[in-house]
Amino acid sequence: MIREPGYEEIMSQRSEIMRMSIGLDYEQYATGALAFDYERLLADTGYDVDTTYEVQRATAVGGTPLVELNNITELVRAIAQPGKGARVFLKDEAANPSGSFKDRRASLSVHEAKKRGYHGVVAATSGNYGAAVASQAAKAGLACIIVQEAFDSKGIAQPEIAEKTRACEAYGAEVIRLSVGPELFYMFLSVLKETGYFNASLYTPYSILGIETLGHELALQMRELTGRFPDIVVTTHAGGGNVTGTTRGLRKAGASQTQMIAASVDLSGLHMASDHDFNRKSFTTGHTGFSIPFTTWPDRADVPRNSARALRYMDRFVTVTQGDVFYMTEVLAEVEGLERGPAGNTSLAAAVAISRKLDEDRTVVVQETEYTGAGKHPLAQLNLAKQLGIDIRRGDPRENMPGHAIVIPEHPSQIEVVDVDLDRIRRSYLRNAVGELREGEELSETDLEFLAEETRTNRAYVQEVLDEVHRKTG
Amino acid sequence: MADLVDKGTWVEIRRVVLGPGERAPQVPENTQQVPLEMRVKGFLFEPVRLGEEAQIVTSAGRRLRGILMEINPAYVHGFGPPIPALSTIGGEVRALLHARRRGP
Repeated sequence: MIREPGYEEIMSQRSEIMRMSIGLDYEQYATGALAFDYERLLADTGYDVDTTYEVQRATAVGGTPLVELNNITELVRAIAQPGKGARVFLKDEAANPSGSFKDRRASLSVHEAKKRGYHGVVAATSGNYGAAVASQAAKAGLACIIVQEAFDSKGIAQPEIAEKTRACEAYGAEVIRLSVGPELFYMFLSVLKETGYFNASLYTPYSILGIETLGHELALQMRELTGRFPDIVVTTHAGGGNVTGTTRGLRKAGASQTQMIAASVDLSGLHMASDHDFNRKSFTTGHTGFSIPFTTWPDRADVPRNSARALRYMDRFVTVTQGDVFYMTEVLAEVEGLERGPAGNTSLAAAVAISRKLDEDRTVVVQETEYTGAGKHPLAQLNLAKQLGIDIRRGDPRENMPGHAIVIPEHPSQIEVVDVDLDRIRRSYLRNAVGELREGEELSETDLEFLAEETRTNRAYVQEVLDEVHRKTG
Repeated sequence: MADLVDKGTWVEIRRVVLGPGERAPQVPENTQQVPLEMRVKGFLFEPVRLGEEAQIVTSAGRRLRGILMEINPAYVHGFGPPIPALSTIGGEVRALLHARRRGP
């Protein structure tokens, strides 16, 4: 058996490897024990919206269609109270070169890597982002290595990730497929160290600024189509980049009144580092296994400071069930003629429930789709679920139980959103923040101000929660 | 004895990165008990037999070592048979739309 040398050694060099592979000195943005100058970190990259558009146009990224889902709107009105049922629109991000909005994130990273003279890029991702980085690297002539968590200890690959492996390899990338576990990070670091390639993390400023054009385009397209900015944008929420970048783009277009609703698939009860649960999730992203930990502590990412800070941007955070998403994926194909997903359809399912409660003259935008295909499809996921003994049936989606039962609604009126309590999320964020303090370290005025911005609250709120934490921990 | 696989053949190798018991402390029990495995594809660098230690050159040009597992590995992910719980949704939804458009 061949064993990997130097696990501890690599992990202890984490900061150094990060600095070399991103070429960004995060330290210089620190303004307190916890606080850092987030806006300056982003601004110093030099990518404003116009520059980003220019970079993205050169590789056919962005400029995706926005389409009104009139049949889904009609369906919502059929189940809503009279006068209710907002118009539902969809931004068809599957029209990007590698089939998802992740091309926007990859474009600036790869552009930056090339500009700085790196010979290749590395990304740790099992999702569309891998294909996006591989596609952009192919165009830029850079080598590309993608590190995926791909299969369980029985060798069973998650079908959606198997498709990403194929796509990355099709774009000429080396794909390192790993079994389940967070030690993927070690492999990622060791590849960065060995190759000296650029860390095309999902969470650098480039990756987030690349998404701003999505929100920006969407706002302008809605104004052209309906005469005004959208009332609500629903975003599938996982690591926080999509919520962060899209909201920033909306604001830059002037759509400052548009409400941002983050939506995730509820996967409660399943453990994200569990070999047993890995293939029982039926979803690989857009779920609470990512969104809850990342919203309550974004800096658990593969960069020193995460540029995706979702709690700063969301107005509301909701969950839907696995069954709801599979149902709406089917509806989107059958009445709108768009076979897409799965990821964007999490926000589509939420949009149906949200639109139903709003007046008819309001507008709701589902802000992404992604390509579909072998493995990346409800049939592939549900066939695997069946094989693993998960019960699949029609019924009340409230009976859906991740890992045990996927309950497909019997009627669209059964699709509901469950609100995640933002107060609890904020408290959890603040507890995590205090947990990061080193022994004897105190919070300054700047830190308290920073925490208020991070949680979209105020000094009094932050102080009250911190006092409570102190009382509990003695 | 198996034949030597030609140099330059597209193959997949496997390597154990961390054995059971060497896993990160935060992983749950069921993950602790199994190894962290790696699989990578590339072109075989020198002739060896299946199951033997091999060297490959990956698409990124890296030279990696591991046990030779597969020759020209297939992509086997697909769709599988239709799922009955999804099959009737389209018809149901079209009926709802039809009823609404026909009016009360």
